[in-house]
Amino acid sequence: MSYAVVQRRVLDWAPAIAVFALGIGAWQGLVTAFHVQEFLLPKPTVIAQTFWDERGMLWDAGIYTFKEALGGFALGSGLGILAALLFAAYLPLGTAFMPFAVAANAIPIIAFAPIMNDWFGLLNPFSKMAIASVLCFFPVLINTVRGLTSVDPRSIELMRSYAAGRGTVFRRGRIPASLPHLFAGLKISSVLSMIGAIVGEYFGGPITALGVTILNASSYSNFPVAWAGIMLASAFGILFYGAVALAERLTTSWDPSRRDFHTE
Amino acid sequence: MNATQPAVSIKGLSKSFKAGVTALTGIELEVRPREFISLIGPSGCGKSTLLRIIGDLIEPSEGSVEVNGKPAHRARLDHDYGIVFQEAVLYDWRTVSKNIALPLELLKWNRERRAARVRELLELVELEGFEDNHPWQLSGGMQQRVSIARALSFDPALLLMDEPFGALDEMTRERLNLELLRIWDASGSTIVFVTHSIPEAVFLSTRVVVMSARPGRIAGIVEVDLPQPRTGRTREEPRFFELVTQVRELLAAGGAEVT
Repeated sequence: MSYAVVQRRVLDWAPAIAVFALGIGAWQGLVTAFHVQEFLLPKPTVIAQTFWDERGMLWDAGIYTFKEALGGFALGSGLGILAALLFAAYLPLGTAFMPFAVAANAIPIIAFAPIMNDWFGLLNPFSKMAIASVLCFFPVLINTVRGLTSVDPRSIELMRSYAAGRGTVFRRGRIPASLPHLFAGLKISSVLSMIGAIVGEYFGGPITALGVTILNASSYSNFPVAWAGIMLASAFGILFYGAVALAERLTTSWDPSRRDFHTE
Repeated sequence: MNATQPAVSIKGLSKSFKAGVTALTGIELEVRPREFISLIGPSGCGKSTLLRIIGDLIEPSEGSVEVNGKPAHRARLDHDYGIVFQEAVLYDWRTVSKNIALPLELLKWNRERRAARVRELLELVELEGFEDNHPWQLSGGMQQRVSIARALSFDPALLLMDEPFGALDEMTRERLNLELLRIWDASGSTIVFVTHSIPEAVFLSTRVVVMSARPGRIAGIVEVDLPQPRTGRTREEPRFFELVTQVRELLAAGGAEVT
């Protein structure tokens, strides 16, 4: 990246950073000015102090929960991709199953969390991975199917004119063309996986888990710890999203729709 | 392939679509090897459909198409076709080189042979220095040249072009017309070319097949006896204008609105 590009990137982000700083400042100012009780809303400085004091415990809890999220993401996205490949390769299968996939996507899957805990065991991380994976499955499935099936028909005709068979058209045409759509699904899933793991933990889990830590802190009115836990959970979610977005940048830099005005 | 055998032989061909629309009827056409044939006609006359049938991308309802003495299906499996559409239809994730090399990869050419052939083609379409660019980094005219290079990569006996320059501006189009004639001369292939433009058809072709609309029929064939090779000057010759007029009148007789 050239200096000019770095400068532009910084300028692009400047408004968002300003809003963030203003928001934190306003929060701190308003809580102080109106003497808001700590159990209602702690000051950002108190949350930051708590975060620092409890960093060892919070960090371990965060990593524990993130591992569950990661496992669920890998499982759910992997199955989503497999199902998408199957549905796109055998269109009648897709026609038969996709309506259910779309409908199932509307079910509040989080409501199944207690059942997953019952099936796989409250203290078994797999019970949380199962919830996260179900959440991840549908966005990846739906986006990948769309990517695999909405390829320019002429690009398929061209491959056929080179005497390419169905398998070759799939490998060389449909799969690479679907990557931008796949990543759109993975980005949604990355955030959902963290939500799935935390919510699963709300219905019970080991005390080393972040969701349990937040829940326990709230029930003992230790709200600064609860808030610090929420912040950490968000940070993991955002970082995970960022990692997937980075992988997308690296693998689909050729995608014309992602180009920001051809400056790189 | 022997010299006396027609490059394309179409007999009693018709095509109706499911909706009951008859796109083509009673098409008889023979294309000799090394000819440059243009199909011209009003929108909806089925010229693109005819091109797709020749290329075995869709099947005729009646009649037969033989390419180099083989059924079209066999010809497709034998890699007899190079196809160029109105849009370049490049694979976005492949570089210029890799787009050109795709048919060669499918033909299982080894790496060195592919690289050598790609270099030749980049030179032919004057895109040296752009081999590692991705399609989004090229102008429309350059993208179309990549698409032509890709179609030529495996030396197909028959080049099928569906309004390849239709989306380009007039100046780029005239330049690419000359380039295409140079490539045609160098490659020794037969070309079937669909166009909307009367001057383009006359300028490029050895024969112009004029079609009429709904259902698509061949209204007449104009032999273009302009001397080869064609140059920028060709467009200024009186004979060029006579031939343009002849095509225009045939189009009008076939029911097309010609302004």
